[in-house]
Amino acid sequence: MRLSVQANAFDPGAEATAFTKTATGAGAVVTFTGLVRDNGGTLSAMEIEHYPGMTERAIAAIMDQAALRWSLVDALVIHRFGRLAGGEPIMMVATAAPHRAIAFAAAEFLMDYLKSRAPFWKKELGPDGVEWVAAKDGDEDALSRW
Amino acid sequence: MINVLYFAWVRERIGLPGERLDTRAATVADLVAELVAREERYAMAFSDLASLRVALDQELSSFDAPLDGVREVAFFPPMTGG
Repeated sequence: MRLSVQANAFDPGAEATAFTKTATGAGAVVTFTGLVRDNGGTLSAMEIEHYPGMTERAIAAIMDQAALRWSLVDALVIHRFGRLAGGEPIMMVATAAPHRAIAFAAAEFLMDYLKSRAPFWKKELGPDGVEWVAAKDGDEDALSRW
Repeated sequence: MINVLYFAWVRERIGLPGERLDTRAATVADLVAELVAREERYAMAFSDLASLRVALDQELSSFDAPLDGVREVAFFPPMTGG
């Protein structure tokens, strides 16, 4: 399993290729890439703050849970912090498993938990100034299905 | 002594990323009460605890949790990663 919390941009295609190549014994690979929404062209930038140390611990714990629950062959999480432009990849999740249903479920589980358990905070810089993105009730509710 | 960290708008309202505090607070709630009594900017940051989260030594916790043995307390809004 690999986890990277980084300021640098990444190439989702290259990451998916590398992940797939090493997923020995898997029958399915699911990848998800999250992009910065540009809010109809009005977003000038997004700033992502994080809690160094806790971020890595929280994500590693979530990945361990997923690996245990679904017997994953492999998993990958990349999450950026710092300043990002509209359309840029923010984060990526990949799962490799014996079967498709497991790979999809584990990827969704990782996404749901990342959203409300990994200490990142998004701030949008738009035409009306700067605004912290509010958490959605649905993000917390999404955890109850697991 | 305890390290107290602030993130996102909590950090902005208080005007500090963190500080080292000498406190006898027994619980997180006691620590919040001490901070709120210090200055208006803390009172503003902690005005609605329902909109805040707390981590003790980098694990999510709750406001009624004891601080015994805790080295690092962090306050922040609900997380918005992903």
